[in-house]
Amino acid sequence: MSDVNYNEISRSGLWTNNVALVQLLGLCPLLAVTGTVINGLGLGIATLITLVASNIIVSLIRNWVRPEVRVPVFVMIIASVVTTIELTMNAWFYELYKVLGIFIPLIVTNCSILARAEAYASKNKLLPSAMDGLMMGLGFAGVLVALGAMREAIGRGTLLADAHLMFGDIATNWTIVLVEDYSGLLLAILPPGAFIGLGLIIALKNVIDRKLEKRQPKIVAPAGSEATS
Amino acid sequence: MRFKTASSPHTTPVSSVNVIMRKVLMAMIPGTAATAYFFGWGVLINICLACVVAISSETLMLYLRKRPMKPYLSDNSALLTACLLAMALPQLAPWWLTVIAVSSAIILGKHLYGGLGFNPFNPAMVGYVIVIISFPKEMTQWVPPAVAGYSQLGFLETLQVIFAGSIPAGMSWDSITMATPLDTMKTQLGLELSINDIHQHKVYGPMFSSVSGVGWEWINGLFLAGGLWLAYKRIIDWRIPAGLLGMLFLLSNSFALYDYSSFTPPTFQLFSGGIMLAAFFIATDPVTASTTIRGRWIFGAGIGFFIFVIRTWGSYPDGIAFAVLLMNMTAPLLDYYTMPRTFGHHWSEFPGHHKKEPEE
Repeated sequence: MSDVNYNEISRSGLWTNNVALVQLLGLCPLLAVTGTVINGLGLGIATLITLVASNIIVSLIRNWVRPEVRVPVFVMIIASVVTTIELTMNAWFYELYKVLGIFIPLIVTNCSILARAEAYASKNKLLPSAMDGLMMGLGFAGVLVALGAMREAIGRGTLLADAHLMFGDIATNWTIVLVEDYSGLLLAILPPGAFIGLGLIIALKNVIDRKLEKRQPKIVAPAGSEATS
Repeated sequence: MRFKTASSPHTTPVSSVNVIMRKVLMAMIPGTAATAYFFGWGVLINICLACVVAISSETLMLYLRKRPMKPYLSDNSALLTACLLAMALPQLAPWWLTVIAVSSAIILGKHLYGGLGFNPFNPAMVGYVIVIISFPKEMTQWVPPAVAGYSQLGFLETLQVIFAGSIPAGMSWDSITMATPLDTMKTQLGLELSINDIHQHKVYGPMFSSVSGVGWEWINGLFLAGGLWLAYKRIIDWRIPAGLLGMLFLLSNSFALYDYSSFTPPTFQLFSGGIMLAAFFIATDPVTASTTIRGRWIFGAGIGFFIFVIRTWGSYPDGIAFAVLLMNMTAPLLDYYTMPRTFGHHWSEFPGHHKKEPEE
């Protein structure tokens, strides 16, 4: 299997098959914790690590698990990985762990992780599977951070508030205040803001896709004609 | 739509959107005038500002969506949304609050769903809910009614408060704004006072009249008159307001009979806040309401039910916007299950009916 196209895996994970924007999976944590950039980043990284680790393990054991029992086995693997991450965060990022609360253990139920294990890792070799987990995770984390930034900027007028929860004491001054004395738009912080924000990000992606599609023929056509002539 | 007919015996039916919207706007005039009389210049300033914002948001969205400007801009629907919303906002709401409310009503509530006719939720209520959730403090800036004992701001002073946020010298927010009767009633009932105590109270007593709140009975009465005219002209269907007011009357009457000292009487419920405006002008929006006869009864009664529940046990003093949005969600389902049978077709052909087939 030397013909694995890593560019294709990256493109699919980050853009064309993005977990949050195209597959619309894992919306519960996506909508619930993206009140700030740091919360989004925290959960994004936790999900990313889970995806990579579970994809690696599933890929390694793919030839020994009978198809009849594969789903329970995958869920066990994912649950173990998430428990490890939860305990790690409890130990080293206690404040962030408290903020994210139930959504860390709930990563287990994020359908995108089981979906990647089932659809990709159980059929592919170690390296492509790890790459797939990494790119899917990055795509998901990217959307979490973007949505977090959008909601934090509109809702609280700041960016990177509470960065010390994640980066330690050096980050206490990282908070960027966009608008002084901002009274806050509570709606953006509340759940409706998450739905509206995600809708707007999906719309933006569709606009960009359409622009790219329009540009495509102009670039492809001359290249194709040169090849045939 | 305008159906031109060829020969003379026919009259031309005029049923275009802009005529309907214009008549609805006309029917709002008496109630609006009463509101402006009791609550001052802020009402008119809010309406003007809301209309300007509505037209510009509408233009912007039509431009972005590449739709023809003239037919959509002249259908008056954006103006109606703006006026309904302006009536619901507090008179001294800062200008940016009105801008956010109206622009989100038009952009999020209407155009993102596909424009007029495709919006599942009443745009004015979407805008209202967005600001009442986001800015609870600013949404309390109601002014006291213009009756003896309460001072009111002049035109220039009102402009200054709305656009600059500066209060005239020697005054404070507490002296130019006041809780509405509904709000006061709720707060004081929460403090274990009886309704009779509240009416006798030396601070809060004067804002209540024998019907509801001072001024509010006139405002609601005139909206009721305007609404009845619309129903008489067959522009709105009478069943929705009848269901709404009937259910609200039924519930409030039952609870008031059960315990008259802590549940307000039906007159207070029916003539407080924006009830008549909601019953005749907001709930009857042809796009977001149910369209069948039985569906409209249920739709109206549901709104009345939720208004009573939110007013009595909820955390907001009034619940019209939430009640309307909740019932908007059910409208497609109501239509599905109450679809009337067409002549010549059997009941079994209709999806919502589960009548037993006659034994053959």
